[in-house]
Amino acid sequence: MIREPLIFELSDQEKSAFSWPPLDVPARKELLAKLPLRGEIDDFPQVSEPEVVRHFHRLSRTNYSVDEGFYPLGSCTMKFNPKVNEKIATLAGFTEGHPFLPEDLVQGNLRVLKWMEDLLSEITGMAAFTLQPAAGAQGELTGMMLIRAYLESQGDPRKYVLIPDSAHGTNPSSAHLCGYRVIEIKSNQQGTVDLDALRTAMNKEVAALMITNPNTLGIFESDICEIADIVHQQGGFLYMDGANMNALVGRFRPGDNGVDVIHLNLHKTFSTPHGGGGPGSGPVGVTKKLEPFLPVPVIVQEEDKFRLDFNRPHSIGRVRSFYGNFLVVVKALAYILALGSEGLKEVSEIAVLNANYIRRSLEGIYHLQYSTPTLHECVFSDKHQKKYGVNNLDIAKRLIDFGLHPPTVSFPLTVHGALMIEPTETESKRDLDMFIQAMKRIADEAVHQPELLKEAPHSTYVRRLDETRAARQPVLRWRPEPEEEK
Amino acid sequence: MKYISLSRQDIKEMMKVIGISHPEELFTPIPEKIRHPGPLKVPGPLSEPELIQLFQDIAHHQNNFASFNSFLGGGAYPHFIPAAVDYLSTRGEFVSPYTPYQPEVSQGTLQVIFEFQTLICQLTGMDIANASLYDGASGAAEAVLMANRITRRPKVILAASLHPQYRQTIKTYCQNIGLIIEEISYNEEGRIDLTSLEQMVDDQTAAVVVQSPNYFGVVEEWGPVFKLGRQKGALGIAVIAEALSLALLQPPGAEGADVVTGEAQSFGLPLAYGGPYLGFMACRQEFIRQFPGRIAGETRDVNGQRGYVLTLSTREQHIRRERATSNICTNQAWCALRATIYLELLGRRGLRELAQQNFYKANYLQEELVRIPGVSLRFQGPVFNEFVIQLPVAPARLEPYFRENKIIPGLTLEEDYPELKNCLLLCATEVHPKETLDRLVNVLTEAIARVKEKGGQE
Repeated sequence: MIREPLIFELSDQEKSAFSWPPLDVPARKELLAKLPLRGEIDDFPQVSEPEVVRHFHRLSRTNYSVDEGFYPLGSCTMKFNPKVNEKIATLAGFTEGHPFLPEDLVQGNLRVLKWMEDLLSEITGMAAFTLQPAAGAQGELTGMMLIRAYLESQGDPRKYVLIPDSAHGTNPSSAHLCGYRVIEIKSNQQGTVDLDALRTAMNKEVAALMITNPNTLGIFESDICEIADIVHQQGGFLYMDGANMNALVGRFRPGDNGVDVIHLNLHKTFSTPHGGGGPGSGPVGVTKKLEPFLPVPVIVQEEDKFRLDFNRPHSIGRVRSFYGNFLVVVKALAYILALGSEGLKEVSEIAVLNANYIRRSLEGIYHLQYSTPTLHECVFSDKHQKKYGVNNLDIAKRLIDFGLHPPTVSFPLTVHGALMIEPTETESKRDLDMFIQAMKRIADEAVHQPELLKEAPHSTYVRRLDETRAARQPVLRWRPEPEEEK
Repeated sequence: MKYISLSRQDIKEMMKVIGISHPEELFTPIPEKIRHPGPLKVPGPLSEPELIQLFQDIAHHQNNFASFNSFLGGGAYPHFIPAAVDYLSTRGEFVSPYTPYQPEVSQGTLQVIFEFQTLICQLTGMDIANASLYDGASGAAEAVLMANRITRRPKVILAASLHPQYRQTIKTYCQNIGLIIEEISYNEEGRIDLTSLEQMVDDQTAAVVVQSPNYFGVVEEWGPVFKLGRQKGALGIAVIAEALSLALLQPPGAEGADVVTGEAQSFGLPLAYGGPYLGFMACRQEFIRQFPGRIAGETRDVNGQRGYVLTLSTREQHIRRERATSNICTNQAWCALRATIYLELLGRRGLRELAQQNFYKANYLQEELVRIPGVSLRFQGPVFNEFVIQLPVAPARLEPYFRENKIIPGLTLEEDYPELKNCLLLCATEVHPKETLDRLVNVLTEAIARVKEKGGQE
C-alpha cells in the first residue's frame, strides 16, 4: 500500500493549488506597515491541487466508516446517515445565513430550530428544549447548570451529584465542572441502580441523580419511577443521559416518568453523521420548572412569526456562541420528518431486535456478566477467552481483519474486559450474520491460534500501534528534519 | 420501512433465534404502565422529494436574505470556499466514522488531526494544539478553566473588547466554581487600557484574556498586555475570532501568550447561521497536562511504520472522570478536516494574499465611509477586516433606506456596549467586490442626507 506522507513532506514553495483574483481596491502598503506584521509562516505547506486531492483521497481510504460497513460501537449508535439530509444541509439558504442577520430575513432558520425543539419535546415528553449545546457532554454540563441555577434560586445549590458506577465518564466530569462533588452509586446484581444504595445516598445535600437509561449495559432501569420518587422526595432532580434514546423512541417518554432534565445526541439517535469526532449536537430538554433557566437566546413563536428572546432574567447565560450546531439540527429534523411517528417507533423496535439477535447468537460463546434482558445493546466480556491469554482488545483488533468495526472495549467499567455491541436498526441480517460468524470464528481462534489475535489486525494500513510510546514520548506535531533547518 | 434493511422473512428468522413471536416482547423490561400509548404527534413520513421540497421552501422562501449584501462580521465571517474543500470533506470515509478509537482503521482521520494540530501551531506560534473544541466561545471558557487549574488563582481579567458572547460563555462556565471575573475597559484607540490593567492584575489573577483583532476589529498589542500579567504570575490568554488574521499579524506565541484559543470558521466553514464552527486551542509545552480536549500523536506500529493515535488520554474524562481537564468528548473533527483541506489548498502564499486583500478591502471601505459628512471612525487603532464607525443619526432611522437597497450594513453595538451609541461594526472580506463596497458608501451617503432633510432627533 502507498504510504501517504504528511502534507508538509510534499511541500515545495514553487507549487500552488489556489490563486485569488487581483485586488480591486488600492493596496495601501503604508497602512499595512502600521500593523504588527508577521514574517512568512515557517514550513507552512505549499502544494498543487492534484496533490491535495490525492492526499485526502488516499487518507480517506485508510478510514473505516459506517458508509463502508457494520460499526457496532456500543453507546455510540452508529446508524446509517441518510444522504438526503446531507443534501438538505447544503442548501444555500441554510449555509449562507450570517447568525446576526435580522430575524425577519431568517424566519426559515428560526422555524427549523423551533420546530425541532417542539418535536424533541413531543418525543421525550419534556416541556421545552434548548438546541444550543454542541455535543452530548456540553448538553450534560448545560443540564446540570440548569438544576444548579434552580436550586440556587431556592437558596441552596446543594453539594453532591449521584452517578451510577456504569455511567459514561462525561457524567462525573460534567457534574464536577458544575461545582458538584460526585458520589458513585454501585449497581446491583442485575446491573441496574440499587434502590437501597440510592435511598442511603440520597439526602437534602444531593442536587441530582444522573442516570443513563437504558444504562450502559443496555438494561432498562425498570424502577425509573421509583428512582425518580426517591430523588424527588429529597428535593433533588433526576437527570437522564439520553445517549441511548435509540432504544426508547416512540415507546417511553422520560418526561412523563419523572425525568427532569435530559440531553439527547442528535449524532446518535437522530442519524446525523459523526464526522470522525463531531460536529455533534446535544439538545437539552427540561420540565416546566426549569424552563426559565434555559440558555439565551430562546426562540419564541408569536402566531406565525419567530423571534429570538434575550430577555430571560433567570437564564444560566450562554454555553457557546450563536444558536448551536444549526446544520446538524437541519439534518436531524429532516430525519425525524422522513420517518414520522410510525418510522420512529420502528427505529427502536428493530434496534432492539438486532441487538437481541446478536446477544442470543453469541451467548455461551462469549461471557455475559448479567442475564438481565437488554434492549438496544449487549455487553459481553472476554472472560472465556482470558484463559487462553486473549483479551477484549485482541478480539476487537481481530474483528478488523474480517472487515468489521470492533465494538466498544473500554467501557463500561463495571464489566471487566467488556465488548459492548450496539448494532442499530439500519443493519441487514447479512451484516449481522457476518459479525456473528466472525465473532464465533474469533472465539475458536482464541483457543487454537491465540497469537493470530494477539498480533491482529493483519490486514490494515498500519498494524497495531504503540500507544504507550505515543503517550510517553509525545510527538504532537510535525517539525522539519534537523538537516532541513539550515 | 425507511433506512431499515430487514425483510419480513429476516425478522421472522431472527425472532425464531431469539425465541419470541413478536419484537414487542423484547420491550417487556419497560413496564406496561409507563409505556407511551402513542402515536407520537410527529408529521410524516415524508418521501425524499417531499423533504427536498419542504426544506427548499424553508431555506429559500421563508429565509429571504439571499438578495441582500451583508457587511456583518463580529465572530462569523463570509469567505470564499474552494471547490475541493466540499468535494473532499464530503467523502463518506470522512463524514461517517466515529471518533478514532480504533487507530488501525482511522489513520485518515488521525493524520488529518495531526496535520491540523501542526497548522494551528504554525499559525499561532505555539508548541502544541489540540484536535478542536466546539467553537471560539467555549474555547475561551476552556482556556480560562485551564488557567485556573494551572495557577490555582481565582480571578480572571477579560478585555471588554473580547467578543460579548465569548464573555457570556466564560461567565456561564465559571459561575459555579467560584471564579471571579473582572472586565477591563478599552481606550480611545479601541485597545485594552494598559494603565487600568496594571492596577487590576494582582497575585490572585489567573489570567488576562485579550482578543485580537478585538470585537471592534482593532489589532491589540499583545506583548505589553501579557508582560504586565506575567509580572504578577498571571497567564496570557490570546483569543482570535477571525483566524485569518493569523496569516498576517504577529502570532500570539511570539508575543508571550501562554494559551491561544479561538474560532476558525473562516477556514473553509460556511456561515451556516452560527454553526457548526471550529474552536481551536494551542498552548506552551509546559502546560500539556492541563490541556483540554482530544490530541493526536505520532507513534509506530509493530512493524515500525509511522502511524497516529489519540494520546495523553489520562487527561480526559473517560479515564480521569471527574478529575479530567475537560468534559469534552465529541468535538468538531469534521470541521477541523475542512480547515485542514482549506489551509493546505491555499498554502502559505494564498493565505497571506487573502489576509492582505481582506485588510485592504476593509481599510478602503473604512476610508470611503468616513468621508461621508457626519460619519466618523470610532476607534483610532489599526484594524484587520472589521472596524467601527459612528453615524450622525440612529442606525434605526437609516434602516428603511438600507432595506430598500437590500443592504445589511453591519452590526449595531449599543445592545452590548450602551456607550457606543450610533456605532456600527462592519466587515469587508474578499467576497465583497469594490462595486459592493462603493454601493454601501453611496447608499449610506444618501440615507444620511435624506434622514437629515427630514430633520428630527438625531
